[in-house]
Amino acid sequence: MKSIESVNDFVIKFANVNGTGSASANNLFAKALFRMGLPVSPKNIFPSNIQGLPTWYEVRVSEKGYLGRRGGVDIALSVNPQSMAADIQEVEPGGYFIYDNTKPLDLRLVRDDVNIIGLPLTRICNEEYKDPRQRQLFKNVIYVGALAALLDMDFKVLTDLVADQFKGKEKLILPNIHALELGHQYARANLDCPIGIRVQAADEVGDQILLDGNTALGLGAIYGGATVAAWYPITPSTSVVDAYEKYVKRMRIDPGTGQRNYAIVQAEDELAAMGMVIGASWNGARAFTATSGPGVSLMSEFLGLAYFAEIPTVLFNVQRTGPSTGMPTRTQQGDILSCAYASHGDTKHVLLFPSTPRECFDMGAMSFDLAERLQTPIILMTDLDLGMNDNMSPPLEWDDSRKYDRGKVMTAEQLEAGVEFGRYLDVDDDGICYRTLPGTHPHRGAFFTRGTSRDEYAVYTEKGEAYERNMLRLMKKWETMKEHVPAPETIPARQETDMAVLYFGTSEQASLEALDRLADEGIHLNAMRVRAFPFNDEVEDFLHAHERVFVIEQNRDAQLRTLLMAEFELGPDKLKSVLCFDGTPISARNIRKQIRLHMPELDEEPQEVARAAGATGE
Amino acid sequence: MSYQLPKFRHPELPKNDLGYTKADYEGAISTLCAGCGHDSISGAIVKACHELSIEPHKIAKLSGIGCSSKTPTYYLGKSHGFNSVHGRMPSVVTGAAMANRELLYLGVSGDGDTASIGMGQFAHVARRNLNMVYIVMNNGCYGLTKGQDSATADEGSMSKKGEPNPFSAIDLCATALQFGATFVARSFSGDKTQLVPLIKAAIAHRGFALIDVVSPCVTFNNNKGSTKSYEFVREHAEATGAVDFVPMRKEITTDYKPGYSHEVTLHDGSSIHLYKLEQDLDPFDRTSALLAMERHRAAGDILTGLIYMDKASRDLHEQLETSRRPLSQLTEEDLCPGNQMLKNINASLR
Repeated sequence: MKSIESVNDFVIKFANVNGTGSASANNLFAKALFRMGLPVSPKNIFPSNIQGLPTWYEVRVSEKGYLGRRGGVDIALSVNPQSMAADIQEVEPGGYFIYDNTKPLDLRLVRDDVNIIGLPLTRICNEEYKDPRQRQLFKNVIYVGALAALLDMDFKVLTDLVADQFKGKEKLILPNIHALELGHQYARANLDCPIGIRVQAADEVGDQILLDGNTALGLGAIYGGATVAAWYPITPSTSVVDAYEKYVKRMRIDPGTGQRNYAIVQAEDELAAMGMVIGASWNGARAFTATSGPGVSLMSEFLGLAYFAEIPTVLFNVQRTGPSTGMPTRTQQGDILSCAYASHGDTKHVLLFPSTPRECFDMGAMSFDLAERLQTPIILMTDLDLGMNDNMSPPLEWDDSRKYDRGKVMTAEQLEAGVEFGRYLDVDDDGICYRTLPGTHPHRGAFFTRGTSRDEYAVYTEKGEAYERNMLRLMKKWETMKEHVPAPETIPARQETDMAVLYFGTSEQASLEALDRLADEGIHLNAMRVRAFPFNDEVEDFLHAHERVFVIEQNRDAQLRTLLMAEFELGPDKLKSVLCFDGTPISARNIRKQIRLHMPELDEEPQEVARAAGATGE
Repeated sequence: MSYQLPKFRHPELPKNDLGYTKADYEGAISTLCAGCGHDSISGAIVKACHELSIEPHKIAKLSGIGCSSKTPTYYLGKSHGFNSVHGRMPSVVTGAAMANRELLYLGVSGDGDTASIGMGQFAHVARRNLNMVYIVMNNGCYGLTKGQDSATADEGSMSKKGEPNPFSAIDLCATALQFGATFVARSFSGDKTQLVPLIKAAIAHRGFALIDVVSPCVTFNNNKGSTKSYEFVREHAEATGAVDFVPMRKEITTDYKPGYSHEVTLHDGSSIHLYKLEQDLDPFDRTSALLAMERHRAAGDILTGLIYMDKASRDLHEQLETSRRPLSQLTEEDLCPGNQMLKNINASLR
């Protein structure tokens, strides 16, 4: 058997039981590699359950900086008998299967093309610890220590990290270091160390940080000036408001008076959460809610109101696998259409597509400026993969001279001076009208906000012409929005080509890797990362400039492609779909394989690659 | 029905402390049916706000959907209004109130809007004790869709078509009390003497104040056998007592007849005087209030007046410890922690 040999380039997958504290130990492992200067991309694949079901944690290590899922597993570390049969099957030929051999491996599971390494975790724990909870918790730390030996990691990085992570809880430092040492020493004494896969310190991380997108969004809301957070708990968006709360408690409580410059209201459901955001924004505060697909469905009626009555609204949608309850703890980009056109009647909403935590922060803060400038719902579309996993990201930055754009709000002075006010009067010819905030002026500027049709002065009307004028003005505003939303990012191919890929959000990293692989094979594609809807003119020009465009997205129905076709009246021949919708993040191998399949003119792909792409877990 | 509001006003209309006449608190002319109870309630709102000398632009009037929810157009024309979506007024008010604690929030809803589609939001806004006045214009039927029974229609009450309602009625005062409302009153659109001081007291109360106002639907539910008709309510209303609202700066002039009278000082220093008729009701005791309502329900009466009030009410802002300055008035300087803070956060993430 030919074992996999590599340095700083592999995929390891931990198979654990959920509720046993494994995620923190696995995170410790990933962060240690990050501190060694290695690009890492950890992904927590967890069940919708609190305790007892299989859970996995996959870490991609890539010195070249590929952060998307690659596909395939080089090392499986199995401490969960429930999923052992499937876990060993996933290992690439020549890979490594590390398991708890306190109980012998079922002979039927043995593969002769995989290195099988026994690590008696339960036995070590039972000998070392009396307390069952300690046995469970330290088991995870012990295997991290063993991995350090097997992969030839700098052990000191781990011990330093433990010391940092438990700062303030010093009592926990030594026991954790002891557990790391137990594993490390056992492996050194009893196993062939290192294995063919090794890590060594590098300098490929620079000033980047390791952060989950939801925390970045919570911070974005704080920096963007959000004072009202109204929400209803739902996976995978809950940690957005958790993060907001954690940091406002540090940053927004007056130390003298104890007064809080924020209000967090846990609503009775998503309908109410959205109603609160609309009420607060109507009244001049910056407000937001965070939810996922099922919440968006419930918020739809209110989104129509905010669109039609033109109320600034910020909604963070951390997408998960639908439809219905779907797979609540798995990722998807499945709400593109339902958000773009949410609510009955003719509606269209601004969507933002961040793809890194830094962009979550930037676009999160930007959402409030856009919402007030454009007086409409802004829906930021992230997903579970970006939101709940630690992602490598450029550091967060804020320009201290930046002022909030509060949009067109008529002041008491303007009203006093007799400036004409009509809430829906398009005085600047950009489709965006002036609003007034309640309480501004004793006898001027009051108006009635409603979801019913009205004239330019906000007076109820059922006249067809007035209704039509208003709807056409909203379309004019839609055109104006294109100049305000973030422009797409374009990456030219190494050589001229009439083919391209278009992707957005969390498909970015895997797409970039696939493009490199394809270019190595002589297939050159220009690339565009779309960052917002409505699509800017650049998107249209890009589509027209290419013969064929592969639209990469993580849903079944090619929703972004549908949106492109609808908005630009393009035919289906031009846009080809590359899709992944099994609930795991799309992988580079999968993208590469699908693009090749779209090119019947190509020779059959090399045998080795075909096997790899066919492996599970793509 | 008139379709134009007369422009002429008596030149010597009485002015309040701010120099405003009642006309400054009026709105557009009503488009509801002639004789609709809701219009009397609108009139009572105008009168209460005028007499309390509240600056009209410091009031925000919000509603849901339905006949009742159309009424904000007909009063307080100088106030911002918000006609939101069906049954969701409470959440919109909650957000608005979080943004700016300095305005008076006046929510108006109907029995369909509150007791059916909006029951969830009604329960939770009461539970959070949001500082607002919540008036239900309760006619026991869906007017805009031509007279279907609503969830507050009494069991056995006859519809215009002559069919008795088979279902049990939701009593909004009793439910509000259980949900945690800190001010609960019931009144009748035809009894302004009672309604106006109740609205004033509800405004002065800091916390969630419900006034369930039985307001007959002249077109679809004013027939014989209906328990929400003018005739029935006039015959069956039993007042808990007389209420007199005394603003902070005014002296008490009313002479109370001998009997059980009670003075309550409200958060803003004003007070209400209760002259109790219902001897078995202690309006500062939840259990007593619930029992009184149940007693009257069993007897087929409608108990009106102030039913319950929590003198120690703490509203949502107090619970959340929000800043005294309205959140809507805070700026970058107050809200943005600055780049140095981010640098520290970045350092902790490496």
